Amino acid sequence: MKRMAGALKGALTGGALATALLAAGAPASGLVGEAAAQTPPGVLIVGQIAEPKSLDPQAVTAVNDFRILMNLYDGLVRYKDGTLQVEPALAESWTISDDGKTYTFQLREGVAFHDGTPFDAEAVVFAFERMLNEDHPYYDTGPFPLSFFFSAVESVTAQDAQTVVFQLKEPYAPFLSNLAYPTGLIPSPTAIKEQGEDFGRNPVGTGAFKFEEWDSNTKVVASANADYWGGAPDLKAVVFRPITDANTRVAEMLSGGIDVMVEVPPDNVATFAEDAGFTVHEQAGPHLWFLILNAKEGPFADKRVRQAANYAIDKQALVENVLQGTAEVAAGPTPPAFSWAYNEALEPYPHDPEKARALLKEAGAEGAELTFYVTQGGSGMLDPVPMGAAIQADLAEVGLEVAIETYEWNTFLGKVNPGLEGKADMAEMAWMTNDPDTLPYLALRSDAMPDQGGFNSGYYSNPEVDQLLEQARRATDQAERARLYKQMQEIVREDAPWVFVANWKQNAVTSERVEGFTLQPSFFLLLHEVGKS
Amino acid sequence: MLYVAKRLLAMIPILLGLTVVVFGMMALIPGDPATAILGSYATPENVERLNRQLGLDRPLWEQYLVWLGNILEGDFGRSYSLNRPVIDEVLERFSATLLLAGAALLLCSVLGLLAGAVSAVRQFGWADRTITFLVLIGISLPSFWLGLLLILLFAVELQWLPASGMVAIYGGGGPLDILTHLILPACTLAVVATGVIARLTRASMLEVLRQDYIRTARAKGLSERRVIYRHAFTAALVTVIPVIGIQAGFVLGGAVYIETVFQWPGIGAMLVKAISTRDLLLVQGGVLVVAASYVLFNLAADLLQSALDPRLKG
Repeated sequence: MKRMAGALKGALTGGALATALLAAGAPASGLVGEAAAQTPPGVLIVGQIAEPKSLDPQAVTAVNDFRILMNLYDGLVRYKDGTLQVEPALAESWTISDDGKTYTFQLREGVAFHDGTPFDAEAVVFAFERMLNEDHPYYDTGPFPLSFFFSAVESVTAQDAQTVVFQLKEPYAPFLSNLAYPTGLIPSPTAIKEQGEDFGRNPVGTGAFKFEEWDSNTKVVASANADYWGGAPDLKAVVFRPITDANTRVAEMLSGGIDVMVEVPPDNVATFAEDAGFTVHEQAGPHLWFLILNAKEGPFADKRVRQAANYAIDKQALVENVLQGTAEVAAGPTPPAFSWAYNEALEPYPHDPEKARALLKEAGAEGAELTFYVTQGGSGMLDPVPMGAAIQADLAEVGLEVAIETYEWNTFLGKVNPGLEGKADMAEMAWMTNDPDTLPYLALRSDAMPDQGGFNSGYYSNPEVDQLLEQARRATDQAERARLYKQMQEIVREDAPWVFVANWKQNAVTSERVEGFTLQPSFFLLLHEVGKS
Repeated sequence: MLYVAKRLLAMIPILLGLTVVVFGMMALIPGDPATAILGSYATPENVERLNRQLGLDRPLWEQYLVWLGNILEGDFGRSYSLNRPVIDEVLERFSATLLLAGAALLLCSVLGLLAGAVSAVRQFGWADRTITFLVLIGISLPSFWLGLLLILLFAVELQWLPASGMVAIYGGGGPLDILTHLILPACTLAVVATGVIARLTRASMLEVLRQDYIRTARAKGLSERRVIYRHAFTAALVTVIPVIGIQAGFVLGGAVYIETVFQWPGIGAMLVKAISTRDLLLVQGGVLVVAASYVLFNLAADLLQSALDPRLKG
């Protein structure tokens, strides 16, 4: 099986190489000229990485599906263009009570769902009750895997037609940015009542684009919503095409079959960058690729050994050579995309094998043998096998003997999530989140150990970090939260419970006919302002 | 007729056994649908809640019996990775695969038989050498790689044919449109099977041409054409046809790669995704349909063989 995977990879690399050669040889104007005949102006064809699971915003978990959803629906709030800070959307304004437990939203007036149902407080209540209340008559249209994003909500009530009140069980600062996440998008209650569990295939929202048709495994089509409260979009329609094979996606882009391609393989970025007929877009996102270190037992129980690993691994080389510039070196547990909460003063651990050896000697861990869990691939994991091999080589350089064990993604999660104790010393991991609270709160707190339902698989524990995270979660003032997160980052960097490796940059390629296209740090695809000649 | 009925009845235990095996395998491989759906949010608590909602917290045998009971009532369940009835997805996907595999099978049968026959008749001549060489290359090429090269040549470079998909995204769907999308994947898929059939036809023809009755036929003064196509070729077909039946299975299997490369909306690509998302009901439904069709293909091949070979009747 391993050999087969190798052969496959070889062949695909061969294909990618051939793509590069061909693209380099073909005149750009010729390519795009031909393409012009294929797709009509005003209709944007987006090459997606997979078929969506569902278009019910409360039912999905994949970024791939979010790309479609964000154009069909709106939430009460949304991320401001180019940032991860919330701004009004379907709610025009809101107030937060002093105890941080009551959020009151004033809704935008005169907004209607695509099926004509007026958007009002009842629609908001319906959306959240359906997801959170097991006794709701439409709870069975689920399951709603990410409903725990709103587990802090005690009740949602319509005060009047334009006012909604969320009562929280306890102060929970990430609540607003969770509302901006696809799980917080508002679907039409009428459509859910009519469609039942088929709503996911017949979605109705308030967004800039109206769902038209879903042709299984071929396309999802959405047309412009001329009555959109934010102004009618420039495009007439958007077509989302699932193309699972990356090489095929590249070929479709080169042959003009699609106008936008997301998740361009690192091997092909240069091809498009050098071609005047295409524009490459890049945007760092709230992503972190790291190594979980087992701080409970073995060599990594000693902080100096954990720091040594951070010094020993050449992150710059990983990012430049293995990932070919599609990521940036990470400095700490919080991705820089959370600009308001990111500690700019934080420097990545430099690549310093000498220092690593000295620390290992001091800790008496020279020549230690380590077990390293590597995955074959998975959400946000980038290129985990070659990355694992490069890390193994870097650690060998400072005298650590690393034995790699490779697992398929689901198996891997089944091994890592319950904790590394008794099994491994280190494991690859990656997270994409929407709030600076999420990852450290779920994976670095003393109360987030695997047996307590958390993701602290390396058993890191520092009461100071625990306290900072709890405080930040309860603070309703963003400046105060930022201060607490910055402090937390410094301590965690020093304690080195993880090896902080990389922050992935999302990328996309557009043809020269596409105008006004930008990527968002949220990794959502927003097409409201995009045009195509 | 009785024979056909018997064979069809024999399918039932085969398929039933298969569902048990697939069910067991899906249960044995690590990971579960809830973990696959939740990804990095798969806390034990979340997984348990989702499993309960999906009805996966019940004992395995109970899940199987429920599934079997539903199948007998014609209910294949609902796919949790696609959020739609399994039967809709499977039939839609299977018809796409049938089209692709059917076209490929037709191509490889015609080309393979023709090439093999020509090769045998002109043994060691230049035609034979050329065909043998091409066949060797055809058998050796990894088909998904060949597919990528064909895409690069015909879709990216020459822009004669579409790179992927089954219908044009905009205003597609007519027979001609589907045909242009079918050419590349069908040819790619047919390459290996063509090679196998050609080699076998050649060997089998050569064997037949050495038989006494061929000499007799020639001695009777029949034209060489008649000897070869009426006597030798028909006799060689008897050996080749069951192999075509088996090739049908390989073509269906090979479709997994080809469908992925060409984004053909077939059942092979569906099964791969269903397995990786641990979508048990979808896997069961898909495997059941593919297996049933495979058994039917072989039955058809056997029937055709016995029609051609009187010795097998009775």
